[in-house]
Amino acid sequence: MDLQTILFYVFAALTLGCGTLVIANPLSRNPVTSAMFLVLTIISMAGLFVLLHAFFLAAVQILVYAGAVIVLFLFVIMLLDLKAEALRRIKIYGVLAGAVSVGAILAIFLKSLGATLFNTDSQPTIEGGTAELGKLLFQSYVLPFEVVSVLLLVAMVGVILLSKKNLD
Amino acid sequence: MQIGLEHYLTVSFLLFALGLLGVVMRRNLLVIYMSLELMLNAANLALVAFSRFNNKLDGQVLVFFIITVAAAEVSVGLALIVALYRRRQSAHVEDLTSMKL
Repeated sequence: MDLQTILFYVFAALTLGCGTLVIANPLSRNPVTSAMFLVLTIISMAGLFVLLHAFFLAAVQILVYAGAVIVLFLFVIMLLDLKAEALRRIKIYGVLAGAVSVGAILAIFLKSLGATLFNTDSQPTIEGGTAELGKLLFQSYVLPFEVVSVLLLVAMVGVILLSKKNLD
Repeated sequence: MQIGLEHYLTVSFLLFALGLLGVVMRRNLLVIYMSLELMLNAANLALVAFSRFNNKLDGQVLVFFIITVAAAEVSVGLALIVALYRRRQSAHVEDLTSMKL
């Protein structure tokens, strides 16, 4: 086994393990713990991006998700006092129904994956560096790029409006 | 053994299933939101893997847009949760049943 294979399995196991601890942590029901494990999930996923040669996206993933989104989550968790929430019981029927339906969807996914023939001849050669991605982003995808900036503006206005003290 | 597209897709599917399970199972709005992020990340991983093994960068540009939209979505969603909490003093989905018939 070469180093890349070992690293893939390490990062995949970390991603899935920490992802499991985000949704169901046996030791703590505190949302802060979930947020911290979400950071770990995202960082190990950035490792997978590096293995896929998507260097720019790995950096963006860590900057935007671990740096901005999770901090926002932590802000809100601290803002809301959720102590009483952690003590509530999880309903066993809900867990059971959820597990069955999610298992069915997962079975469909994995079955279709098993039935697919993959082309293994061609070797991947692309590199997702800043220069290559920037060229594509500002040439073929310049209109979506501008639309996304408008979307961010709309989100900003919306958030300011929503967080005003009296909504009415 | 060479790591191929199918390995990355398996991880992506498992992560998506985890996120979906979190959305269905958990009752705390914030944890549900984090599970949504997990699902978005699973889609991102699949897109990056497809982009790598098809030798096209377009998938990565799409992931870039998804990350941007996810950031906007999180900010608006969290503002909604805060506004809801101010009115109801709860971030628990079982307390938010006023639209139930």
